[in-house]
Amino acid sequence: MNKLVIKNGRVVDPAQDLDRVSDVAIEEGTIRQIAPSIDATGAAEFDATGLIVAPGFIDMHVHLREPGFEHAETIETGARAAAAGGFTSVCCMPNTQPVNDSAHVTSYIVDRARRFAAVNVFPIGAITKNSAGEALAAFASMKEAGIIAISDDGKPVMNARVARRAMEFAQALDLPYIEHCEDLHLSAGGDMHEGMESTRLGLRGIPRSSEDVMVARDLILAELTGVRYHVAHISSHHSVEMVEFAKKRGLRVTCEATPHHFVLADRDMAPYDSNYKMKPPLREWPDVGAVKQGLMEGVVDAIATDHAPHAGAEKMQEFERCPFGIIGLETALGLTLEQLYHPGHVDLAHLIRLFTHNPARILSLDRGALRVGGAADVTVFSLDREWTYDVRHSASKSSNTPFHGRKFKGGPVASIVAGQVAWRL
Amino acid sequence: MTGLLDIESLARPEIEAILTRSKHFQPAPKQAFKRFTTLQNRTIVNLFFESSTRTRTSFEIAAKRLGAEVLSIAIAASSISKGESLVDTLNTLGAMRPDAIVMRHAASGAPHFLSRYLPIPIVNAGDGTHEHPTQALLDALTILDRRGTLENLRVAIIGDIAHSRVARSNIFLLSKFGVQVVLCGPASLLPREMTAIAPGVELTTNMETAIRDVDVIMMLRVQLERQHEAAFPANEYFRFYGLRPEHIELAKPDVIVMHPGPINRGQEISSEVADSQRSAILNQVENGVAVRMAVLERVLAR
Repeated sequence: MNKLVIKNGRVVDPAQDLDRVSDVAIEEGTIRQIAPSIDATGAAEFDATGLIVAPGFIDMHVHLREPGFEHAETIETGARAAAAGGFTSVCCMPNTQPVNDSAHVTSYIVDRARRFAAVNVFPIGAITKNSAGEALAAFASMKEAGIIAISDDGKPVMNARVARRAMEFAQALDLPYIEHCEDLHLSAGGDMHEGMESTRLGLRGIPRSSEDVMVARDLILAELTGVRYHVAHISSHHSVEMVEFAKKRGLRVTCEATPHHFVLADRDMAPYDSNYKMKPPLREWPDVGAVKQGLMEGVVDAIATDHAPHAGAEKMQEFERCPFGIIGLETALGLTLEQLYHPGHVDLAHLIRLFTHNPARILSLDRGALRVGGAADVTVFSLDREWTYDVRHSASKSSNTPFHGRKFKGGPVASIVAGQVAWRL
Repeated sequence: MTGLLDIESLARPEIEAILTRSKHFQPAPKQAFKRFTTLQNRTIVNLFFESSTRTRTSFEIAAKRLGAEVLSIAIAASSISKGESLVDTLNTLGAMRPDAIVMRHAASGAPHFLSRYLPIPIVNAGDGTHEHPTQALLDALTILDRRGTLENLRVAIIGDIAHSRVARSNIFLLSKFGVQVVLCGPASLLPREMTAIAPGVELTTNMETAIRDVDVIMMLRVQLERQHEAAFPANEYFRFYGLRPEHIELAKPDVIVMHPGPINRGQEISSEVADSQRSAILNQVENGVAVRMAVLERVLAR
């Protein structure tokens, strides 16, 4: 029959200024009707009484590790973790093995996702071949194969001339250019944010300036080339200011923030605990405040997790030998409710926009809204359910998170992808 | 006390207790070290992931004078990089059930990391660029031998502050006793944040300013192996940060000159200064054994 009616939820879709208790009827993977009291005869019913029914959440920055690092995560397990976090779409970064720098690799990911992923997977292609920062990757054929943006995430384009050429090319193809902003010379050897904490712990620092220098460079090049430019995981208060300035100048510039960068600062780190080690590193309280403020005021456009699984053995090492990154799909909504919604910093429509309409707009995805006739991707979540995150029950293959054991108020209840319930509590 | 990972988390009374006990282990002038049976039938493993003849020997002697069995294992960094993880190495050792592990490691926080997984007390004998707690304790004991108190002293620490675990441990310890600590070195090796890690710390890049009216001068060894880049023009370092007789004139008349060793004569310290009356370098070595006896006794106390 393939019909589903989500009954009696509070339907909130900021893309069309919708906020009322309604039913949502889904048929053949598309939304048929949004109205009070839809007759559900012959359809499966989902009772959403007391819950929020929102457009499917989009995480525009994840690492699914396939191909190449399947011991840490696969497209299948990563997608399951996404669904369990309330996400119906994820955009996967190209730093796989091989790097997604060709249409072949893109097609492989698209094919694997079609067969094994519980959620939509949109690949992001590399900027340069092997993300080595030199020759440009094949953007046009990768675009035909399905990439929705380009990025050398984790290995930023250090050569400004290469970055400029890539931006020109991306602009012509109307592909968003996403940069992991880090001057690798300034950050070389660093393991955590450079500041009082790194000095105290005797760990080498990653200065804030390593992010700021590249954001500044890129904004200048973005103005020069007219590219749609996006700063990944912004973490420095100076960088937030610069993006705000660029937006005021009318540049096509956007940025995202991860939950951990608006929840934790360097001094919250358990000493030498690699579950707190990521790039950009946890910075200082003024940075955390600026990221949060940016999210409230619309300077920061989207929340993305930078879900970065690493197998247990990789993280069970001396701090300076551990790889960077933490998982984040399952805790993103809980942390955002905790930091932004419950304290009253943003209203519900604003919060939902950060997970739906805004990332869809940045990446020109035909998603992020509950439109009749559109894809039936729906996230159902609670504002008040109390729960505790137990990473041992995570759908991800990896468990590198600083949020194990954290208590939450509100979180995902179901993820519906193309009309199918991909996950429910 | 379950181990000794760092000075920062030690309370002042604990430090005082160790120092007081250390005095008990110092031999009287011209007398041999006393031997004890306190740690009879106890086994201590010295695990050195980084070579250090001095510290390892000092810990070995300290353990033996207390009657403990000591097993020293030097693990070349190369065998670690061949794949056995630190956790596996330690699990292997843990299965042999020593009563304590004394460890030195090139990674900051390596002993803290292990102590989370291993129920055996760990004594940090130097971790990366973080801390070297027994060095700070023996330095404090050496100052106490000559000054009687740490209160209100002014101490200059000179050299590569950024990469020095000796500096960090001394800063934490001295600050707890109200000492004014002046840190001095080239700007790129002198993190501004050092003033925030403990009270009473000031910075200067000028050696003369640092030394003026100090009670103690602590010179640091140039840690070329820990520098991952050219942080200063190499040929300029010793010219501006080498300790020579004319500097001693600027300090208090009875200034104490210290160095954690091994010294580079004619580089960070001139031979005239190293061998002068003001030098306490050999006392430091001697006190190292006494302090480590006090620490091991405390860590292994039943």
